[in-house]
Amino acid sequence: MSPVLGRRTDGILHGVLVLAAALVLFPFLWISLAAFKTPIALMSGVVVFTPVLSNFQEVLFSKTSEYLHNFANSMIVGLGSMAGVLVVGTLGAWSLRRTRWPVWVSRGLLAWAIVFQMIPPITMVGAWYVMFRTVGLYNTYPGLMLAHLTLNLPLVLWMMSVFVGQVPEELEEAARIDGASTPLLLWRIVIPVVRPGLIACGLLVFILSWNEFAVALNLTAKHTATVPVAIAKFAQEFEIQYTQMAASALLSTIPALVLLLIGQRHIVKGLTAGALK
Amino acid sequence: MRSEMVWRAVTLGPTAAIFLALTALPIVSLLAMSFHDVRWVLGAPRWTYVGTKNFLALSQDHLFRAGIVNTVLFAVSAVLVQMGLGFFLALASSKVSRGRVLYRAVFILPILVPGIVIGAIWKLMYNYDFGVVNQLTGLLGMLPQDWLGQKGTALLSIIIVDCWHWTPFCFLLLLAGLESQPQDIYEAAKVDGASPWGELAYITFPLMLPTIAVTLLFRLIMAFKVFDEVFLLTGGGPGTATEVISFTIYRRFFTEDRVGHGSAISIVTLFLIALLIVLAVAAARRWERKP
Repeated sequence: MSPVLGRRTDGILHGVLVLAAALVLFPFLWISLAAFKTPIALMSGVVVFTPVLSNFQEVLFSKTSEYLHNFANSMIVGLGSMAGVLVVGTLGAWSLRRTRWPVWVSRGLLAWAIVFQMIPPITMVGAWYVMFRTVGLYNTYPGLMLAHLTLNLPLVLWMMSVFVGQVPEELEEAARIDGASTPLLLWRIVIPVVRPGLIACGLLVFILSWNEFAVALNLTAKHTATVPVAIAKFAQEFEIQYTQMAASALLSTIPALVLLLIGQRHIVKGLTAGALK
Repeated sequence: MRSEMVWRAVTLGPTAAIFLALTALPIVSLLAMSFHDVRWVLGAPRWTYVGTKNFLALSQDHLFRAGIVNTVLFAVSAVLVQMGLGFFLALASSKVSRGRVLYRAVFILPILVPGIVIGAIWKLMYNYDFGVVNQLTGLLGMLPQDWLGQKGTALLSIIIVDCWHWTPFCFLLLLAGLESQPQDIYEAAKVDGASPWGELAYITFPLMLPTIAVTLLFRLIMAFKVFDEVFLLTGGGPGTATEVISFTIYRRFFTEDRVGHGSAISIVTLFLIALLIVLAVAAARRWERKP
């Protein structure tokens, strides 16, 4: 919007926005400080303290801590479900947009995707739990990946059908006339054109999988527990290790920070396209 | 053409299979379980038919009732605050001379952090003994409060956390909506000598209505699913002060192993959501038909 505001108004708006930014950042700052305090320094509420690394050492390297293992689990599940949902969702979106399915199929699937998106995951997870235990997928990587894939498929299907719709139809027809088979057409024409959409989508579903808690809590046990499940454990212990809880909370935000630094544009695109298109 | 038909099926196949096996089938199985008593015997489920007993038991379930009331209370109040704040911040950052991208980068940070981590952060901040919330209110001369542990403030405390977490989401979508508005209308308004408030009330707001509606709907749906923060901050307590429907399902289904009862709550919840969708669609149709 063209800012033709007076200098004074501009100053006031900046003041408001800086205040809001401070409110957003303050909890992160506070938790960062807590992570470098000794339990005694935290309890006594001192402002000036000597920073220690013992919380991080304890969380990352102590024999009883499994944080690194949880971190690896989250990575595996996040990357695996991301790859899966991108493949399934992009193929599905292309199929719905560019091959002539009867209207009830395409409308029906997209409508069901929206309805499913509205259902609280916790209502599904009970049924998944029974199913997965019966077929041996409970507490396995494929099991949780499959669950996260399912949770994110509606979003990817919708987003990718918008991006696939932007591929010029003449381009696909020209490739057909030149005798390109469907896999070649997808690989050489569709995928390169929708690549920005794939990146935005991929970043978003990775973050969603990394953050997901309700399903991971109930479909994993010790061996496959992800970071959110591990952090929730801290809060449930009889004597909460507050400073270690702060350290592991801080560590768990690293992937999001890295992704935000390298791909803010893509993330914003993903978040807004997912909701507004 | 035959191979084209085959590829058509192959490309949609995985999506259809997943929707059938992992979304439709579970709902059918939830329905089946809600009429049964399911117990785990040696790692395998054993089903006993109990008729409508599970559903009749719901009327006696005080957690279920509190869960529904609190979820609605939570969702409506939290989302209204978030929409108001989000709109105000989006408007402000669309008007400032520079720094919009930087503000946006800071504001979207909470969206990217796991809900459970946000719960952990605020649990420390709300702590009675050393939490920063009590330190700050202490500076204002207030007595320390057990924010999460007393009935009067527990739900409010969770709503505050949710606002901190999700106002950025409203901000982001509303800002995107503001950025995509046609500029020539604003220029015309300027030429006609419109005041900033007139511009807001007669141009920006009407143009933004569709975006506002979509954002509101999105956030309401997400708010009805609330689970992570409640799990970490209060576990539904004290008493039933912060019991929300997702948490009731979790408690009945997983911590108490009452699979049939939990399924019945899930089915009723799904039914209520379906009802909401039908009502929303009907309202949208009616609104569109209006000239």
